[in-house]
Amino acid sequence: MQTDTPVISCRNAWKLFGPNPRQYLSQMPDGQSYNDILADGYIAGVKDVSLDVGKGEMLVIMGLSGSGKSTLVRCFSRLHDITGGTIEIDGQDIMALPEKGLIELRRSKMGMVFQSFGLLPHRTVLENVAFPLEMRGQDSHKRRERAMEVIKLVGLDGREGYFPRELSGGQQQRVGIARSLVIEPDIWFLDEPFSALDPLIRREMQDEFLRLQEMLGKTIVFITHDFDEALRLADRIAIMKDGAIEQCDTPDQIVLNPKTPYVLKFTEDVEKALVVHASALAKPLNGEAVEGTPIDGGMTIRQLARTLVNDPRENLPVADSSGTVTGVMSRKAALDLLMGPA
Amino acid sequence: MFLQAILVTALILTAAKPILPDFLVRLPDVWIPPFADWLDVFFEFIRGDMDAGRWGLIYVTRWFADGPLEFMLGVTANILEGRHRWPYFENPLPWSSVAAVTVVLGYYLGGWRMALLAGGTMIWTALMGQWNITMQTVSVLLVAAPLGFAIGLVVGITAWKYRSFDNAIRPLLAVMQTLPFYTYLLPAVIFFKVGPTAGAIATTIYATPPMILMTTIGLRKVSPEVVEAGKMSGATRWQMLTKVFIPTARTEILVGVNQVIMLSLAMIVLTAFIGMPGLGATLLSSMNSFRLGRSLEIGITIVLLAIMLDQMSKAWVAKQPVHFERGTPWYLRHKHVVVALVLFSVFYVAAQFFDMLNDIGRRQSFSQAREIDALIKGFLALDVVKSITGTIRYVLNVWVLVPFRDALLWIPTSAFILFVVAFAYGVGGKRPALYALIFFSLVALSGWWDRSVITLYTVFAAVFLASLFGIPLGIVASRSERWSKRILMLCDTAQTFPSFVYLLPAIMLFGITDTTVVLSVVIYTMVPLTRYTIEGLRNVPPEMSEAADMSGATRWQKLTSVQLPLAVPTMAVGFNQAIMFAFFMVIIAAFIGTQDLGQELQRTLAGTDLGKNFVLGICVSLMALTFDMAILSWANRRKKALGL
Repeated sequence: MQTDTPVISCRNAWKLFGPNPRQYLSQMPDGQSYNDILADGYIAGVKDVSLDVGKGEMLVIMGLSGSGKSTLVRCFSRLHDITGGTIEIDGQDIMALPEKGLIELRRSKMGMVFQSFGLLPHRTVLENVAFPLEMRGQDSHKRRERAMEVIKLVGLDGREGYFPRELSGGQQQRVGIARSLVIEPDIWFLDEPFSALDPLIRREMQDEFLRLQEMLGKTIVFITHDFDEALRLADRIAIMKDGAIEQCDTPDQIVLNPKTPYVLKFTEDVEKALVVHASALAKPLNGEAVEGTPIDGGMTIRQLARTLVNDPRENLPVADSSGTVTGVMSRKAALDLLMGPA
Repeated sequence: MFLQAILVTALILTAAKPILPDFLVRLPDVWIPPFADWLDVFFEFIRGDMDAGRWGLIYVTRWFADGPLEFMLGVTANILEGRHRWPYFENPLPWSSVAAVTVVLGYYLGGWRMALLAGGTMIWTALMGQWNITMQTVSVLLVAAPLGFAIGLVVGITAWKYRSFDNAIRPLLAVMQTLPFYTYLLPAVIFFKVGPTAGAIATTIYATPPMILMTTIGLRKVSPEVVEAGKMSGATRWQMLTKVFIPTARTEILVGVNQVIMLSLAMIVLTAFIGMPGLGATLLSSMNSFRLGRSLEIGITIVLLAIMLDQMSKAWVAKQPVHFERGTPWYLRHKHVVVALVLFSVFYVAAQFFDMLNDIGRRQSFSQAREIDALIKGFLALDVVKSITGTIRYVLNVWVLVPFRDALLWIPTSAFILFVVAFAYGVGGKRPALYALIFFSLVALSGWWDRSVITLYTVFAAVFLASLFGIPLGIVASRSERWSKRILMLCDTAQTFPSFVYLLPAIMLFGITDTTVVLSVVIYTMVPLTRYTIEGLRNVPPEMSEAADMSGATRWQKLTSVQLPLAVPTMAVGFNQAIMFAFFMVIIAAFIGTQDLGQELQRTLAGTDLGKNFVLGICVSLMALTFDMAILSWANRRKKALGL
């Protein structure tokens, strides 16, 4: 789904909190650690982050609370002004935008969902969802029509006259989602959208979210502190600690090749066979010929478990979604992953 | 160490009074700077002079008074009590029409209970033949309160937007909230003409500070995610303010509205002192001429009006929007407006045929003033009653009040200031001690030391007596859920009464004497004392009481070693409020005849002595602020230390 031109392009972005951050950053020597900066009285919310998000990609930013993930996403939408570096949206430097241009950008391109929903308590569901349209000055009839469409999309029709306090948490977040989608944004920011919900509702909302994403195909930046949620949803995961990105990779790679001890700690308890796809274990062919029916590279090792046990071949050919064989997977490696090394 | 040093010095100064140099006992007159004259020059300068054609503030204020303000007051007065200005009504609205609309409003805000309260108040007022004077008061309220709301909202928003502005007005607001009301009245008269205009302005200025504070608090409390949601929806700054911030801060802003209304009512009643007609003026003149029956009836009207306004505005705070099902017709969506309009018209027409529905004059009214008057006076003349009130008066005066007052007056000024500083230091710490030193030195320099001490003595004596009754009452009440609720409700209701009303029971029992002053202050200050005692004790975390129970504590042990220590910070807040209330009440009671600052203040109202008026007012304010800062800083520190 990725294409080459990034929608969000972030180069050496810094966000420091403190009395005089800009001046401090310009004089700061290279290689200062988070704690060095802290000792100088500044907090590094975002620390030298470089990152691209492609069109239609779902990037999940993962980290514990205080790791800077929310700050980073607020820098993308310029709810925070970055201290240094550049952030470009569709090739446009957002720090260079005047207030008017920024408002225009948000009115036409961005939608955001918040952890505690951020609904306006004095407005009905319909009025909340139509709020961004009202800000644009659309007339009330069109506003209503469009808002109703989105309300139906998130499964809340019949409740449009309710006030937020009359809804359950899950329903309130559906309103938040509907509001963020009403202007048909290209970029969709979700800041821990399901963290405030009960586990059962969370699962249901994740499914709902995947359904919506399949339909809409937006560029998404999704924040979570829940590693399982990240693995379940992400095209790529960026793991953050102390404002910096520790590793940014596909879920398979994060699980198979954690780059730092911090990332390793997250992946240790993960049932890897549930995450890793056959394609990630496949080695290139190097011109060798392979025989027999190939297995589907898009399946997880867990899904292939029965085949792996029954198939006597040492090496299994792996095919991509179009059926072309792209590599070969060692059966032993896959079985080790499934059952643990012998 | 420091504390002991100050205390010892103060004690030595007191003990050594006979041999002390004079300037340590009382400041010599020549040392006293003519603050009043300086202030007069200052006020003269900013005021300008219309006769001499010198430009100044008075051009602006007089324009406002003669133009928009006069106009607005004319409109409300005309509609409610029938004056001949625009919009021209031959007669004011019939009382029954006004009452009907109020009842519907009550029903809309708080259901049948509120409708009953509104209806009862209106009917009582009309039947007692007080409709006209009540409407005189209400017509000013209808201008002053919205004005206070608007000013408070704008200033509050500005303070929220600009920190530096907020920091600049905070101390000003603190002073304004402790300034005695007489100090509001005189400038209002000078700048805004005698009569309803001055009354409305004094009321507005007096009622605005809490609105400012509540607006700022409310706007600050809007959750950051709601703000971000607004920004991400592409709202401009103006849209953010009007569609996100203000509606989301609705609750706090409406609490501000409630306070504006209640303070306005309290102040309008007091504007009787600058000759404003209405409930206050009638009450004042009845009290002065000792017509107890009529005083009582008017007192009840004022109290009913206060309860009604308080309950209705509180119901408005709690009211949440309700959704209608799709396809609800307009007359159901707006059924309250429709019913109000229908009832209004029905009664308007009916009033043209039945005079009773239009206007109940004093002659046809059901007032029993004369009979009640005779009854009360007969009761007071009974030998038993006479001997009881006489004994109380004697004991209070001879054993408590006079010795205490003389003792305070005997203490040399220098020692007195040091005692206060020691108190502020021991209770509040360094900053409050420093302020105490500055503030009380200023009071000494004002040249009104003796009168200030007499004011303080009344405050202390009254709060002490009130504590003797109020705190045990609170402790006993807090033992049962039901009684706590009842007493709390009583206190909350009593707190809405305009302070003026509190003089009534004291006057009834003790006539116009100085005991009355102290007793009215005692009644008034008992309310916060009892209230906060109950609140403090009821809010002790249940697991702590349970821990005490499980440790085998008796009721008394539990009270003294667990509940009271945890409740004390909250009780201190109540104690502080009692002191503030006492300062306020002592000054009002001046018209009965006291020798304190209030008496002098009241005298300035007759003239144009703005400088003196301010000096006296500021003296009261400085003393009140000293205690306010010390006690509140103690309560806050204690709360933190206890982790409450």
